[in-house]
Amino acid sequence: MPQVGSYALLLALALSGYSFLAGLIGLARGGPGSERMVETARRAGIAAFASVLLAAAILVLAAFQDNFSLAYIFHHSNRDLPAPYKFAVLWSGQEGSLLFWSLLLASYGLVLRLRHKTDPRLFAYASAIIAAVQVFFLLLLNFAAHPFAIVQGSLPQDGNGLNPLLQYPEMVIHPPMLYLGYVGFTVPFAFALGALVMRYPGEKWIQITRRWTMVTWGFLTCGVFLGAHWAYSVLGWGGYWGWDPVENASLMPWLTGTAFLHSVMMQEKRGMLKMWNMWLIFATFGLSIFGTFLTRSGVISSVHAFAQSSIGNWFITFLAVIFAVCVLFFVKNRSHLQSEHKLEALVSRESSFLFNNLLFLMACFTVLWGTLFPILSEWVQGTKVTVGPPFFNNVAIPVALLLLLLTAVGPLLAWRKTSLESLKRNFLWPSIGALAVGVVMIVFGVRPWKEVGYFFSLMAAVLATLVTLTVVSEFVRGGRVIARHSGQNLFASMVHLWHRNTRRYGGYIVHFGVAVVVIGILGTPFNKEAEKEMGFGDQMTLGPYTLVCQSYTQEDNPNYSNEWAIINVFRGGKQVTTMYPERRFYKASQQTQTMPRIYPSIKEDLFLVRDLYLVYEGINQDTGRPIIKAHLNPLVPWIWTGLLIMIFGTVTALIPNAASVRVPAPARAEAAPVGAGD
Amino acid sequence: MFVARTPIRRTGQAALLFLSVLLLLGAGDSGARFNDLGHRMMCVCGCKQILLECNHVGCAYSDRMRGELLASLDRGDSDDLTLQAFVQKYGTTVIAAPTNKGFDRVAWIMPFVALALGFVALVVIVRAWKNRPVPALADGVRPLRGPELERFRDQAQKETQL
Repeated sequence: MPQVGSYALLLALALSGYSFLAGLIGLARGGPGSERMVETARRAGIAAFASVLLAAAILVLAAFQDNFSLAYIFHHSNRDLPAPYKFAVLWSGQEGSLLFWSLLLASYGLVLRLRHKTDPRLFAYASAIIAAVQVFFLLLLNFAAHPFAIVQGSLPQDGNGLNPLLQYPEMVIHPPMLYLGYVGFTVPFAFALGALVMRYPGEKWIQITRRWTMVTWGFLTCGVFLGAHWAYSVLGWGGYWGWDPVENASLMPWLTGTAFLHSVMMQEKRGMLKMWNMWLIFATFGLSIFGTFLTRSGVISSVHAFAQSSIGNWFITFLAVIFAVCVLFFVKNRSHLQSEHKLEALVSRESSFLFNNLLFLMACFTVLWGTLFPILSEWVQGTKVTVGPPFFNNVAIPVALLLLLLTAVGPLLAWRKTSLESLKRNFLWPSIGALAVGVVMIVFGVRPWKEVGYFFSLMAAVLATLVTLTVVSEFVRGGRVIARHSGQNLFASMVHLWHRNTRRYGGYIVHFGVAVVVIGILGTPFNKEAEKEMGFGDQMTLGPYTLVCQSYTQEDNPNYSNEWAIINVFRGGKQVTTMYPERRFYKASQQTQTMPRIYPSIKEDLFLVRDLYLVYEGINQDTGRPIIKAHLNPLVPWIWTGLLIMIFGTVTALIPNAASVRVPAPARAEAAPVGAGD
Repeated sequence: MFVARTPIRRTGQAALLFLSVLLLLGAGDSGARFNDLGHRMMCVCGCKQILLECNHVGCAYSDRMRGELLASLDRGDSDDLTLQAFVQKYGTTVIAAPTNKGFDRVAWIMPFVALALGFVALVVIVRAWKNRPVPALADGVRPLRGPELERFRDQAQKETQL
């Protein structure tokens, strides 16, 4: 079977190469015969999907069959690995994850090629560009990181096992989501470059691209947050975001992709920012590749980099080629990208998008700068430095707060021009509400002048409230106008409103989700922790909780042996739960891993929910008693709730608009702000 | 001399009093320096975590480093001296963020310089766009009819739809 896998990869390379070249020649030549050539290119692309799928299936099958003659399976699996993780073996190492990337790209390509009738010529260009990217990954798989390499020497009886950090249920979902996000940006990139090459008339391509970008952005958002949740649940340091290079690599394309999703509206609505949007999508795709380069090349070390090798040069070459091609066609066809309108007022939706884009790009630059500064420092002054959380927290958070302010302000500004009167009318109550939250926080003990973390928390709370209230006011204002004309109740009117412009109101729901995430993050400066060696009946107090060690024990199963404690948790003299923090020793990989346990206090605290987070740190060799570390992390569950709201908003924004409902009476002047557009 | 107590002055005094009370509420914390310095350093065991957040099982460094930090604070060493001692022992990478000296300063300055430059560039672009001359209308401008009018109607609807 491994030979079949190898041949499938070679066949996929040949088919993708043909799809690229035939597509290119057919499109360049034109004429009746060329259409047939372009069609064969499309079919070759579809066949390439089948080949890559076969190769991936064979690798997964080899993991299930414990075929340790394959070096990849030997290094990343073992006989006693539970079945779901054997599936996860596909993306747990260098070669497998590149194959997985290739499979996802082929899948996106398949969908695109099957939908080619939407706009055959544009889709043909996009198909050829996707095939070119596919060729790069298949070259890597065939010649630099072959997943079907055979183990030299005698056949091993068992494998080295999967990295313990990856043996967690979320790791079966998180990498596919992240990769769907990374890889998915190839599609908008292909449409954008295709439209530039062919000097596409009109803005239809941007509508097609926007939909693909939203789907991709949704996957990347899920991937980034699931990664944060995984880090929180597995790494055991009590946090969810450590500004690690791998985390940063996933954040950068997310930031530029988000900027694109905003600025693309300027192009759709007003025919502006065409060049800017083109480069934003080029940059987003480039950053996806660059992120992969960062984490795969070994240039920067990371706790998340599960696979490193010397394939960095391949990525650098590929990035250089992409950049050269983009610059070439941009210079050649930039006259096609002139703005159709001018900016009419400084206080307008257009200018808010410009500032929004500036801040997103600055946030991206800050993350990139911080990630690469250790390399720059070593190059310039010969000494390595660490750029860790203190840097990012102090530099990136102010930019994030400004972005949050724009998230609140932007949607209330009208296209073209916003009057001072409408600004006052729209902002008065949300601003009063937000300031009231700030005052309440100060009264209840948040001292923004005492520590910069408290200041950021206070500002984040005020701005998140402002975002929430502006979103609510937008729904209520629009709902009221519809209710007045249709006679429906306010809630039904708001639902009706959302149906009429799902993209706009779906976007507001995403903004609300972001505000909820921010509320979850702002609890960080108030985290508490305690650590104690706990024998039978020993107690530890943290915040309102008293932890009592009921027992500690150990067990053994084929995959790992473990030690764990039974901790009864009391609050106000009443037992609220029992927790089982654990430490595992994985036999195949000979590695130890903590398994923290988390108790969110939803029942007791509701809105001010906090996580009680217990870590079994190990056993004191002198006393034989376990050392338990407890964290109390306020508001963290809001982050995951915010993610769900963001996903809901994204999905609703993708639903097509319902047909406009004619209102019986003529619209009055005061109804005008509701129709301010996206 | 008697000074009339205006409502504005009274409000100002009340606000000042309120602020003073709030400031006094922020009492000192004995473990604050340990916590602060411990979060400004990295554990050097290879876990890439902040010193006080390292929970690396069987970590050979973090416990020892925490002990050294406590000892330094007990001796009454200043923050700078404590950090310097750690740099001498564990190397420059023990500090969790670039310092405010020499080339390291560039790390802190550059993002804000880039933001400022971006902001200035944006203002210049916005002003240039705003001041872009509108082509003068020729005499005898004809009213729009038929498909051309429809096109403008569609655009207006697109730009103002709910």
